[in-house]
Amino acid sequence: MLNKLFKWGLKKSLWVYHAGASACNNCDIEILDLLTPKFDVERLGIVLVGSPRHADVLLVTGVANRQTAPRLKDLYDQVPNPKVVIAVGSCACSAHMFRDSYNVAKPIDEIIPVDIYLPGCPPKPEAMIDAIVKILGKIK
Amino acid sequence: MLSFIFIFLLTIIVGMLATWVDRKVTARLQYRIGPPWFQPFADFCKLMGKETMVPSGVSQMVFLGAPLIGLAGAALVSAILLTPGAGFVGDIIVVIYLLILPSLAVMLGGSASRNPLAALGSSREMKLVLSYELPFLLAVFTVMFKAGSILFSAVHGIPVLSFSGALAFLAALLAVQAKLGVVPFDIAEAEQEIAAGALIEYSGPPLAVFRLTRAMLYFVLPTFLVMLFLGGMDLWFPLKYVAVLTLIILIKNTNPRLRTDQAVRFFWGPVTGMAAVGFILALMGR
Repeated sequence: MLNKLFKWGLKKSLWVYHAGASACNNCDIEILDLLTPKFDVERLGIVLVGSPRHADVLLVTGVANRQTAPRLKDLYDQVPNPKVVIAVGSCACSAHMFRDSYNVAKPIDEIIPVDIYLPGCPPKPEAMIDAIVKILGKIK
Repeated sequence: MLSFIFIFLLTIIVGMLATWVDRKVTARLQYRIGPPWFQPFADFCKLMGKETMVPSGVSQMVFLGAPLIGLAGAALVSAILLTPGAGFVGDIIVVIYLLILPSLAVMLGGSASRNPLAALGSSREMKLVLSYELPFLLAVFTVMFKAGSILFSAVHGIPVLSFSGALAFLAALLAVQAKLGVVPFDIAEAEQEIAAGALIEYSGPPLAVFRLTRAMLYFVLPTFLVMLFLGGMDLWFPLKYVAVLTLIILIKNTNPRLRTDQAVRFFWGPVTGMAAVGFILALMGR
């Protein structure tokens, strides 16, 4: 019964932490769009939190270069279970046009386990909301 | 015992609904829709189910005990204020002491977190408490002087309708705004600046208890103001409580955040001056 209560709480209030692994900030701007009055994800209970320890969802943007790759792993370890990782943008999904660059360490899903891939450069806010709805469907 | 449990649950539920009203009104003023009414309860349920992560090398007793200290303070104050006929000599003073406990808990938790950002948040909270306690106490002393005693039940009439009472009410309202950690005085948990401040290392149930304490304060502090300044518990109590809550939300949504030094200067300057003038007027009998 407590488990059902917890699952209900998790569906209705997802707290998001934005971990930028050297992005060009385009995806970050689109993420901030979601909090503005036009899309307003706070009505779904989604809040942008300042500390990874408060978060349920880790939104990773950007290509993981040599400097940010170990830090991304540290951030992932600091998010308490149960957690969801969303790779936002084509750079986070697969390193995109930077895959042969000199400072790209690894694709993000070889550093941390990714649950949802969100391609786009940048993905539209509607696509992000669609991804969030897919997570809510995955929480059983 | 049963009445204490009932009052505890009542404080939690009304306090959480008050935080929802705050979020909803803020959202509406920003042309957004805002969260549904059960949002604070969903946040609480979710946090209780997450795992608790304790940083290595911290004193586990202080780190995990700090939220409970805050909760105990808020719960005791709600018991003293809301149990009918439970007044005792000096209960106003006991309530003032107990109301420091939630801020103390945040300071303790932040200092115990072994994180420089948490220490920064904790020190900001300390400076804020230093600054607002002075006019808060002056305002409460004004009411105690007018009533001539230190019992809640001795406060009769409606103190806010007199000059001294009005000035004291304004000073106490601003101090309560800072106690709740609401803009313009939310420097201690300024998200954009210091990444969640003193509570940065808290996760799961301890964080849930901190947020629960804050929700309880949303009910307890305006009730305290109503009982001192607006004529206490009678049939008009819900209206008076909603009026004080509205004032707090109004001040929140029309002001930017103050820096620490601006907040300290504000409380030790104009607000203390206002509270002192109110006290002098009470001494003169107005």
